[in-house]
Amino acid sequence: MNGMREHEQHEHLDGQHERNDPAGDAKLHEGPMDLAAVRAKLQSKTGKLYWRTLEELAGDPQFEELLHREFPRQAPSEWDDSVDRRDFLKLMAASLAFAGLSGCGRTPEQYVVPYVKQPDGMTLGKPQFYATAMPFGADAIGLLVESHEGRPTKIEGNPDHPSSLGATNVFAQASVLNLYDPDRAQTVTKFGEIQTWAAFLDSAQAIAAETRAANGAGFRILTGIVTSPTLAAQMQSFLTLYPQAKWHQWEPALGDGAREGAKLAFGSYVNTVYRPEKAEVILSLDSDFLGSGPGHIPYAREFSRRRKLDQYTEVDRRDAEMNRLYVIEPTPSVTGATADHRLPLRALEVGLFARALAAKLGLGGSVTVPAGSEDWLDAVAKDLQKHKGASLVVTGEHQPAEVHALAHAINASLGNVGTSLYYTEPVEAHPVNHLEALRQLCADIDAGKVETLLILGVNPVYTAPHDFDFASKIKLDPSTKQKKVKNTICVSSHFDETAEVCDWHVGESHYLETWGDARAFDGTVTVIQPLIAPLYHTHSARAVLGAFTEKPGATDYDVLRERLKAAYPSADFEKFWRKTLNDGVISNSASAPINVTLKFNPASLPAAKTSSLDELEFLFRPDPCVYDGRFANNGWLQELPKPITKLTWDNAALISPKTAENLKLAHNVAWGGGEHGKVYSNVIDVALANSKVTAAAWIVPGQADGVVVLPLGYGRKRAGYTGTNKGFNAYAVRSSSALWAATASSTMIKKTGEDYPLACTQYHFNMEGRQILATGTLEEYRKNPGFAHEPGGNPPKELSLYTEYSYPGYAWGMTIDLNSCNGCNACVVACQSENNIAVVGKDQVMRGREMHWIRIDRYYEKSVKSATNDPSSYDASLDNPPTFFQPVPCQQCENAPCEQVCPVGATVHSAEGLNDMVYNRCVGTRYCSNNCPYKVRRFNFLRFQDWETPQLKLLRNPEVTVRSRGVMEKCTYCVQRINTARIEAEKDNRKIRDGEIVTACEAACPTQAIVFGNANDPNSRVAKLKAQQRNYTLLGELNARPRTTYLAAVRNPNPELLTASRSPAKESA
Amino acid sequence: MILHRSHIYGVVGEFETPEKLIHAVEKVREAGYRRFEAFSPFPVEGLSQAMGLKRNLVPLITLIGGLTGGIGGFGFQYWVAAITYPLNIGGRPFNSWPAFIPVTFELTILGASLAAVFGMLALNKLPQPHHPVFNVHRFSHASTDRFFICIELRDAKFHLAETARFLQGLEAHHVSEVSDD
Amino acid sequence: MSAGQPPFDSPEIRRLTPVLGPGHTYASVTDKISAIVLTRRTSLGWFIGFAIAFSLTGLMTVAIGWLFIKGTGIWGINIPIGWGFAIVNFVWWIGIGHAGTLISAILFLLNQKWRTSINRFAEAMTLFAVACAGIFPLIHTGRPWMAFYMFPYPSTMGIWPQFRSPLIWDVFAVSTYGTVSLMFWFVGLIPDLATLRDRAIQKPAKIIYGTLAMGWRGSARHWHRYQSAYLLLAGLATPLVLSVHSVISFDFSVSIVPGWHTTIFPPYFVAGAIYSGFAMVITIAIPLRKAYGLEDYITMRHLDNMAKVMLATGLIVAYGYFFEFFLSLYSGNKFDVFLVQQRLQGPYAPFYYSLILCNILTPQLLWFYKIRHNVVVLFIMSIVVNIGMWLERFVIVVISLTRDFVPSAWGRYSPTFWDWATYIGTIGMFVMLIFLFVRVLPAISIAEMRELVAETSEEKE
Repeated sequence: MNGMREHEQHEHLDGQHERNDPAGDAKLHEGPMDLAAVRAKLQSKTGKLYWRTLEELAGDPQFEELLHREFPRQAPSEWDDSVDRRDFLKLMAASLAFAGLSGCGRTPEQYVVPYVKQPDGMTLGKPQFYATAMPFGADAIGLLVESHEGRPTKIEGNPDHPSSLGATNVFAQASVLNLYDPDRAQTVTKFGEIQTWAAFLDSAQAIAAETRAANGAGFRILTGIVTSPTLAAQMQSFLTLYPQAKWHQWEPALGDGAREGAKLAFGSYVNTVYRPEKAEVILSLDSDFLGSGPGHIPYAREFSRRRKLDQYTEVDRRDAEMNRLYVIEPTPSVTGATADHRLPLRALEVGLFARALAAKLGLGGSVTVPAGSEDWLDAVAKDLQKHKGASLVVTGEHQPAEVHALAHAINASLGNVGTSLYYTEPVEAHPVNHLEALRQLCADIDAGKVETLLILGVNPVYTAPHDFDFASKIKLDPSTKQKKVKNTICVSSHFDETAEVCDWHVGESHYLETWGDARAFDGTVTVIQPLIAPLYHTHSARAVLGAFTEKPGATDYDVLRERLKAAYPSADFEKFWRKTLNDGVISNSASAPINVTLKFNPASLPAAKTSSLDELEFLFRPDPCVYDGRFANNGWLQELPKPITKLTWDNAALISPKTAENLKLAHNVAWGGGEHGKVYSNVIDVALANSKVTAAAWIVPGQADGVVVLPLGYGRKRAGYTGTNKGFNAYAVRSSSALWAATASSTMIKKTGEDYPLACTQYHFNMEGRQILATGTLEEYRKNPGFAHEPGGNPPKELSLYTEYSYPGYAWGMTIDLNSCNGCNACVVACQSENNIAVVGKDQVMRGREMHWIRIDRYYEKSVKSATNDPSSYDASLDNPPTFFQPVPCQQCENAPCEQVCPVGATVHSAEGLNDMVYNRCVGTRYCSNNCPYKVRRFNFLRFQDWETPQLKLLRNPEVTVRSRGVMEKCTYCVQRINTARIEAEKDNRKIRDGEIVTACEAACPTQAIVFGNANDPNSRVAKLKAQQRNYTLLGELNARPRTTYLAAVRNPNPELLTASRSPAKESA
Repeated sequence: MILHRSHIYGVVGEFETPEKLIHAVEKVREAGYRRFEAFSPFPVEGLSQAMGLKRNLVPLITLIGGLTGGIGGFGFQYWVAAITYPLNIGGRPFNSWPAFIPVTFELTILGASLAAVFGMLALNKLPQPHHPVFNVHRFSHASTDRFFICIELRDAKFHLAETARFLQGLEAHHVSEVSDD
Repeated sequence: MSAGQPPFDSPEIRRLTPVLGPGHTYASVTDKISAIVLTRRTSLGWFIGFAIAFSLTGLMTVAIGWLFIKGTGIWGINIPIGWGFAIVNFVWWIGIGHAGTLISAILFLLNQKWRTSINRFAEAMTLFAVACAGIFPLIHTGRPWMAFYMFPYPSTMGIWPQFRSPLIWDVFAVSTYGTVSLMFWFVGLIPDLATLRDRAIQKPAKIIYGTLAMGWRGSARHWHRYQSAYLLLAGLATPLVLSVHSVISFDFSVSIVPGWHTTIFPPYFVAGAIYSGFAMVITIAIPLRKAYGLEDYITMRHLDNMAKVMLATGLIVAYGYFFEFFLSLYSGNKFDVFLVQQRLQGPYAPFYYSLILCNILTPQLLWFYKIRHNVVVLFIMSIVVNIGMWLERFVIVVISLTRDFVPSAWGRYSPTFWDWATYIGTIGMFVMLIFLFVRVLPAISIAEMRELVAETSEEKE
């Protein structure tokens, strides 16, 4: 991708930062002013006011004082040094920009590679790409971030990075919106009062002094999972400085199962890395390894490589080799939807199955097979044994330790270790049992052992198990006017639930604003380089931690460089440094595979605890869109339809059709919006662990009966404008005793009798027997590779009354491989980010007006004939329906029905076959949308775009029009990218190369399901794919001649199981 | 009793029924009058024949208007879609003539109708706010229930007294002269 | 005019009440009709009715104002249902607008004497209905201030309307129809304006009517050209009437949406238009003749005939429904077949059934002489038919859009307050204009009534 070239060409450009900003040019004259006023101005958000007051500020000695405290890198003695005077001016300008946010991006004041001031190589209006990474749980996703004149606008994956391979996921894509989130914490506060960083440093030092005296006793730090070696190093030095101090960790949505499982199996914490590509047969024990968790992007990539069927041309399709995926899970996930065989079991029964499988494979232990999975057990066991060394058993993060241990044992016994998976030292700097760590912290607080609590980037008041009642631990007791913890300092991006009850709150900088590093799922170390100086008075967790050391002034930048110098000694460090920043990874820093010896015998496991089937099993799972709640204020993610349920803006208690019938729960479709918007759902009270929460129930076909899933991350009280009070808070009924699964009698659910409107973008799951999404089995495909072609699919061109237009030059086209697509939604957010697509809000989504240019349709197998399309009217075919995803962007029809009916010619065809939208010409009759058989056109019914918020102006992609009220819009095949590539190509007087244009959706796709290119060029990937037998046209009989075509989904079911479980083959055979 | 005036326009006779009017008109023509006009509150059958009016120009004008509208309409669409700004609209040919028919048709009708109405008004020299016959005060009945014949001064045979007497001879209910100011 | 025998002599028609009450002279008809405008005092009822209609018009202006401020999002439309009330009402009004010109033109060509006393206000009704209809295509656009893009004007970009789009055909059809109807109506008015000019007492009235009359003096030569022009207009208006609703139907039949894309649409839209048009004429005629004592002019004979026309066109419409149904099933096109099933069983089925009830079943009562001659029942029935025809458009526009090709995109539609406000508002405007019309212009063509007097008196002999 051209991003690569971009970010490589800047090696020579360092040092330029020394030149000062025009903004800073000597603006000095005298003029008294008091600090309060200055601070007031610094807080003021109106940039204009700022520049007007620049002069007076510049001259003010107190202002200089303030600035110098703002930027402790400058030693006071150096003020009158001319060089530093320049720096000072520059910094002043910077600070003004931070505080005033005068509407233009700012480049950081330190050594950013490639540049601070515009270098000769850079042309205005031409985006630059910088390598960085987004730390996320026990993983970090390597990124190339597109920057327009210093404004990061778009996230792309870094092809050189193991956990990205060029692709991204929804969180990475949406994270750029977090950067510009206007609700972010913008300053340092004490008891809600705005303070300066300087003031904070002072009191931090004061606390540090006390603590040092007490040898660190009573000083506690609470973080999430830390994979950053630098932060870890800082921690270590801190803990050596204060031997009595303790470091606790709490990652609410990442279970301890994996860690403890490894310990159980091998006696020590180890990290497991899978190689799905190497596996012929994969069994997932409640693991969503294709859709979430560390490394899911490369896993999805590797997995899909084995399902491309590319080589299967007419001729040699016989030697078709395709892996097979079995998934056992309590609630449908994208991995389950991709599976060849899916078996819904309660979370507890998954464990039983694992035991039974282990026993079956001769590892000893009990053989109580969960009801209904006997034939499964046999088939899976056989299949696994048949592929010793080329099989893989993956366990879900939320499964208990023993299941993980069992999986390790099974993998070992199958000889998969070293082939389809390997073990490394832990990626986390300091692996511990998080639940125990948090429990310990709470106990210590109650015991009065905690003087100072430093909370770095986590939100325990919201996420801690409710029986810990974390808020009461730190907040002022109204009755006694006492606090259990003397000093509480919270660092977080928003002034959240925890910040509310802490003394100090420091706004945490976004990862695009700070220097840092992180480890990927395989241990690879990435340097995080900022693309923009902090927009507000925010600081990194490391800086805050540093404030308590004897070097409070040290900047992230220096600390990082020192550590790297130490860790990677090299002749020319600068060269190494620049290469690292440029590549985004430290070359071959991935942790080496280690040999582990299995110290675990399944037989030794204590008897499994079982639950009677009339009890309900409540599961707590991170939400696919807002995760553990940290993305609650992200409009893109809130409005993103969840892969399976297609719900937006809310979470809901997920229930299987059967259970719903027993509990007499139902949906009913509202008239406004209806199937494509507003669905009323029964409200239930869920009483668990002597706590209660009120939630809307949602019926999910394919969910295990008796399972109720309560997605985490919603019901935030202090998330910001977008995220506050959306959905219900599942943490409220999540107790430490049942962190992931709680069993309770069905009487714990009570219908309140009310209904709650949910915004569901696709309620209709039934294909009504139409050839919308072509599916088949490998068997079928071998027999008839063209099975996807409906009789009379594409009418022959001779039948047309008109002579076809010829497209002699480029003919842009796209193929979407339904066999690879797992509905992960990355393309949807990528498109939204690239094309400035507006967020419309729940009310508008309920009216059926969401604006996504590409949507992912979720259908259940074509044989599912539910009388009504309503899962709440129970129908056995909905117990475990095979699920398929179909991304639908504009099909760019050659005979576009939309164009013909537009009265003003606002949508016309380009010479390269693009179906162009001319916003300026559109009067908004919506006739084109009515006449679009694919319904991919989106209309600005109101003024959906936010034109006021200055932060969002920075976010926008300057190459794409920001549409206003009353015009139609739709997918353009990222025409701006096509034209950028065209310009490049014409400059060197050549044709555009295949793969030179990468649409936003294509770039983001982890499985490379979407391929774009020039269909006229027989050697282009897209042309080859279109030549495949699986290639078919959506609604071809309409003769609209779409340029976007689909590759039929082919599943590879195990013949032995066909009779046992529903699978595509059964119907379509 | 008729007074002699210098500038008069002509003489009008008033009749009660259309039949009498037609009868009178025939007589007037037989008497050799040419420059005369009949007035009636509604189109009286046979009056035109009695007055020997020939086919009028309105249909021809209408035809021309229609043809202009039609040909012009299609020509314009063709020019727009195929010559001045040809666009590939949904793969349809530039000259998608079948799609141009409705507008062509409508413009034909429009042209013809406009021509018919304005042609008629023009030939009738309307609007014409004033006309001498309005000076006859009983003439207001011409728009209600009375029928008039006006023999104009310009007529060769016109002689005020003669003509007036002649009209009375045609059992005109009332005869008066039309002043021309 | 009276080419061929007037139909009166046929014995069975003699039994019917004549088209004109007995004992009328040129003067009496003139007095009677012009008095309504000139001398008669404006009744309190008129003021009350006008006030109500006027306030409803106000509601409409508010609704449209809010629409322009906020955008079409205040309506119930969405994706996939891009067209809702706006287009439903547009088609409904245009349909109503068909009776007037049809009565004046076609019945004129067919030399139907009974048209005489109803054509004037039928034409007026046409104009007002077209005015109401014309509002919707404009305001339903997302950017009404850009709606002029739809007219061919030399733009700086050198770009023109896209003449393949049925919406452009609409623009031309509706504006042509409006213009021609207006001219037709006005030309018919000229002699009456002259009458009013001559009979008006107050000076302002004299001046206004005088100006409008353009100095018409009923000269034989003028009548001569006048008649041929009028005849030609009638001849032109007739195909125009038929074309306009065909073009409206193209909006749907040219598209590919199941339930829209069918060849039966043009004829059955036209029939439906005449159907609803006549219904509306009855709805207006009955109160009008009552209020102004015009029973002698708008006789039972008229109501009877109009009822018969309704019955006939109603049957054509029924045939249309049947064939729409049949063609869908016969085509075997799975989308069309599915749509038929949707109409019968889908979420909007009740609308379809009430449509059948209003448009097909109820009108069958018109077979009975007693019903046709019961003014009250006839009035109610005309309103039922109006509702039925509105439902027909709703069924066509909305049901077809809710469930088309790709099931994932299926949706539902329900109107908002503003949808209703706009719709009711246009009805208010329509009524208001009718009130104004009967107050300031002769609701019945005086000149033609005189002709009628002449002819009937001929027959006396």
